[in-house]
Amino acid sequence: MHCSAAFSQAATSATAVPTISGSRHVGALHSSSSSSSCTLLIPSKPINLRFCGLRREAFGFSPSAFTRCSNSQRVRLPSRRRFKGSNVSASLGDNGIPKSFDYDLIIIGAGVGGHGAALHAVEKGLKTAIIEGDVVGGTCVNRGCVPSKALLAVSGRMRELQSEHHMKALGLQVHAAGYDRQGVADHANNLATKIRNNLTNSMKALGVDILTGVGTILGPQKVKFGTDNIVTAKDIIIATGSVPFVPKGIEVDGKTVITSDHALKLEFVPDWIAIVGSGYIGLEFSDVYTALGSEVTFIEALDQLMPGFDPEIGKLAQRVLINPRKIDYHTGVFATKITPAKDGKPVTIELIDAKTKEPKDTLEVDAALIATGRAPFTNGLGLENINVVTQRGFVPVDERMRVIDANGNLVPHLYCIGDANGKMMLAHAASAQGISVVEQVTGRDHVLNHLSIPAACFTHPEISMVGLTEPQAREKAEKEGFEVSVVKTSFKANTKALAENEGEGLAKLIYRPDNGEILGVHIFGLHAADLIHEASNAIALGTRIQDIKFAVHAHPTLSEVLDELFKAAKVKDHASNPVSEPVAV
Amino acid sequence: MATLSPFLSKTPLSNTPTISFSSSISTPLKWKSITSFSPSGSSSSRSRRRIFIVQSKIREIFMPALSSTMTEGKIVSWIKSEGDVLSKGESVVVVESDKADMDVETFYDGILAAIVVPEGESAPVGAAIGILAETEAEVAQAKAKAASAGAAAPASHPVTSTPVPAVSPPEPKKVAESAPSGPRKTVATPYAKKLLKQHKVDINSVVGTGPFGRITPEDVEKAAGIAPSKSVAPSAAPAALPKPAPAAAPAAPLLPGSTVVPFTTMQAAVSKNMIESLSVPTFRVGYPIITDALDALYEKVKPKGVTMTALLAKAAAMALVQHPVVNASCKDGKSFTNNANINIAVAVAINGGLITPVLQDADKLDLYLLSQKWKELVEKARSKQLQPHEYNSGTFTLSNLGMFGVDRFDAILPPGQGAIMAVGASKPTVVADADGFFGVKSKMLVNVTADHRIIYGADLATFLQTFSKIVENPESLTL
Repeated sequence: MHCSAAFSQAATSATAVPTISGSRHVGALHSSSSSSSCTLLIPSKPINLRFCGLRREAFGFSPSAFTRCSNSQRVRLPSRRRFKGSNVSASLGDNGIPKSFDYDLIIIGAGVGGHGAALHAVEKGLKTAIIEGDVVGGTCVNRGCVPSKALLAVSGRMRELQSEHHMKALGLQVHAAGYDRQGVADHANNLATKIRNNLTNSMKALGVDILTGVGTILGPQKVKFGTDNIVTAKDIIIATGSVPFVPKGIEVDGKTVITSDHALKLEFVPDWIAIVGSGYIGLEFSDVYTALGSEVTFIEALDQLMPGFDPEIGKLAQRVLINPRKIDYHTGVFATKITPAKDGKPVTIELIDAKTKEPKDTLEVDAALIATGRAPFTNGLGLENINVVTQRGFVPVDERMRVIDANGNLVPHLYCIGDANGKMMLAHAASAQGISVVEQVTGRDHVLNHLSIPAACFTHPEISMVGLTEPQAREKAEKEGFEVSVVKTSFKANTKALAENEGEGLAKLIYRPDNGEILGVHIFGLHAADLIHEASNAIALGTRIQDIKFAVHAHPTLSEVLDELFKAAKVKDHASNPVSEPVAV
Repeated sequence: MATLSPFLSKTPLSNTPTISFSSSISTPLKWKSITSFSPSGSSSSRSRRRIFIVQSKIREIFMPALSSTMTEGKIVSWIKSEGDVLSKGESVVVVESDKADMDVETFYDGILAAIVVPEGESAPVGAAIGILAETEAEVAQAKAKAASAGAAAPASHPVTSTPVPAVSPPEPKKVAESAPSGPRKTVATPYAKKLLKQHKVDINSVVGTGPFGRITPEDVEKAAGIAPSKSVAPSAAPAALPKPAPAAAPAAPLLPGSTVVPFTTMQAAVSKNMIESLSVPTFRVGYPIITDALDALYEKVKPKGVTMTALLAKAAAMALVQHPVVNASCKDGKSFTNNANINIAVAVAINGGLITPVLQDADKLDLYLLSQKWKELVEKARSKQLQPHEYNSGTFTLSNLGMFGVDRFDAILPPGQGAIMAVGASKPTVVADADGFFGVKSKMLVNVTADHRIIYGADLATFLQTFSKIVENPESLTL
């Protein structure tokens, strides 16, 4: 927050020069990306301050989730292009086909994906509007990653303070760590509010019009929002996101049978909660609930907990995050019926065998959290108007996020990003997809490499991954006929981790020994979520192991875990850097 | 913050391929002496992953203990299959413990004749998981052995999943409500289940006091007789769900005016231990001891802070040195457990409870140190700060009711120990000596209760004889 004072100054100076236009000036600032550059520029070039803010916003959201947005500024510039519905209808042509558009780009849904796309669009000089029928920020900011990080920050500290052994080993004495539920809940809520305001202000400051109301596509390049406001745009991005998926038979009452939406409000801490689904949502909540004193029962339909993680990482994670905690689990079962607590009876959960469908068990618990994934939200979007049929609820798109209609043809000027297309249901993936679309509509072809998008689970310790899991890599290698190697290193060999007394952890690199390509990196350990970016950037930029292994890491830092991996990898001698030493074919 | 140099002390990174944990955690776990599972003491010099027991030429492969806390292990995979020829040092099986996966090597050449515990299943530490035959000819015999071992295996599977009839009749109202949902089953919370397993408590022996009659971790700890670990959710949030008041047990009708006070944790532990003692066949041997010399010594050393308890504990410890069997215990009904240390537990009444602080290595400490130690223990017992090892590590117990004027009593043998000595008051008594002269001497009756599975009448008698000699000639106590 050291920037905020500087920025309120900035706001004043910027209003004094309201005619600055065109974000092309931004280019001057591209090379300096650190936040400190903002402060440096203030005295001499007040004019650039706006762009400093823009720059930070535009990039702060792209690859690495939302932790950074807490730093965002409070620039309050008057929005110069206020939109008035009546004016717009006037600009439509007589035959209903707009000759000139109200906007270059309209984004339906102001979640993280829409926000990322909007900022990048402004940077590219597009006249942009964003339609939001609920609250700005979408799932991530209001009911997802952001408030859950607040709860996890609390749970991490509680866990540490309660671990007498850990404290003692550091020579610390703490007695009777306790918490106030309302205080914890308020922290999560305040954080969501703060981030939501930051997001809203950053868009307003850049001149993105925020149109309030549910957006419906009426036809090509034409969108209705609210009850009867119609706007047109050259290109449209659908970014409507998702809602918690609740399997049938489960009655969600919002009190004892809940989804993540309710759980994040932390209205009560049950003595015993069943969590249906052991993916990253379930895992993160198990971390929160057990730290706050609950006991947890996982219900997982697959035969193993934590499906989707690299098996080896999953196994170690289970040893650290599940087995020693007050958690038990039922795997290979479906919860067919969940009845909320009422009339003095507990929550009951009926389980059947996932394979034989035979009834297996009935659980009685104090609460049940449904964390079985998320379902795309496309209600009222008007897809029928453009002949698009969803597949399992998802909007079908090609690799460039272009929407595909029922006949398999591309719908011109229509894109869908984020959870609504289901390619990779992560906030930062949505944002990256949005940026990719903006690149395309501004004339630069761009295909996002989803294998370079990192994912993280913010348990204590954290889990993170990028690229392929080991089984996926081996399957691909089998098919394409190359060799796969794996190297691993333990956090126990890392000085910084040991200094923190957090030696539990494993990092794993999956690569091609023949050319040094990084196929996947998986980390379980202290600050894994922050560590993964070195690997994801390498994948995104195509950096090979034989090159990155010469990059220097500060000592002692956790990032040496990755250094260790790169150095331990054995790349065949003939493999060379394809860029610096082109090989004749 | 001079942390810039990359050459500062870096931990040697031991990511070597030789480590056989399949998850490659670099720091090797300590191999606990696996040999302790081997009844044949012959292999005690072999350590590390050698888990086989010499038994003619067919050897069982046992589930090794891979960590100090491991109670059972899961077979991740068999690296070798039945019929494979193994040579010494080869990895045979990957075992998953509570800590890590580890390859287990064979210590012998031979043929893997049979796999008793297949992949994915668990077996308790020490159970046979496979059979190794030395030659082709013995494979059939080994298979037969495996078949019998396999038959016993299912018994080791967790019992928690089997539905069990409720031990305590639930509140009548609830029965009516839940009647349609079929027979009531015992519900235990996740942590309670872990504790049941950890403390080897039978779920049927625990009465649930939690909401809806479920078994809580506290219930299990109570049943296991240990002090409940302090609540994890200290200033627990105001629960939104009203918790039903703990239901009073619908036991035999109470007499008017009587009240029911539940046991404290300590009382529950005492109760549990007392019930457990019923399974041990005990007998008692009494012995009169003249204490004039001891009393004289006591008067001498009293100003130096020595207590009668310390004197008696020291005397008992010295006698136990000469009669180690009385210091032994019988844990499984099949063997003697010879204790390396002589730890004298002394029963102490403490308001409304009973605890046995332990004077560890009482034979090795001198009288003054012992007295000082005792003072500390009593102090800790009063402030309820005794650590578990300070009250449950005893190998022999002393109980003294002499100060109340009790002249003789017998004590109940605490579980896990071989003998307990009950000491009565020392009283002036007319005694005739060997020459027929009468005299008045202080006489004390001691009565030892012992586990007859391991300690026989003569053992106890000779022990008491030694004890009485030490007490009647107490100079050695001050050495």
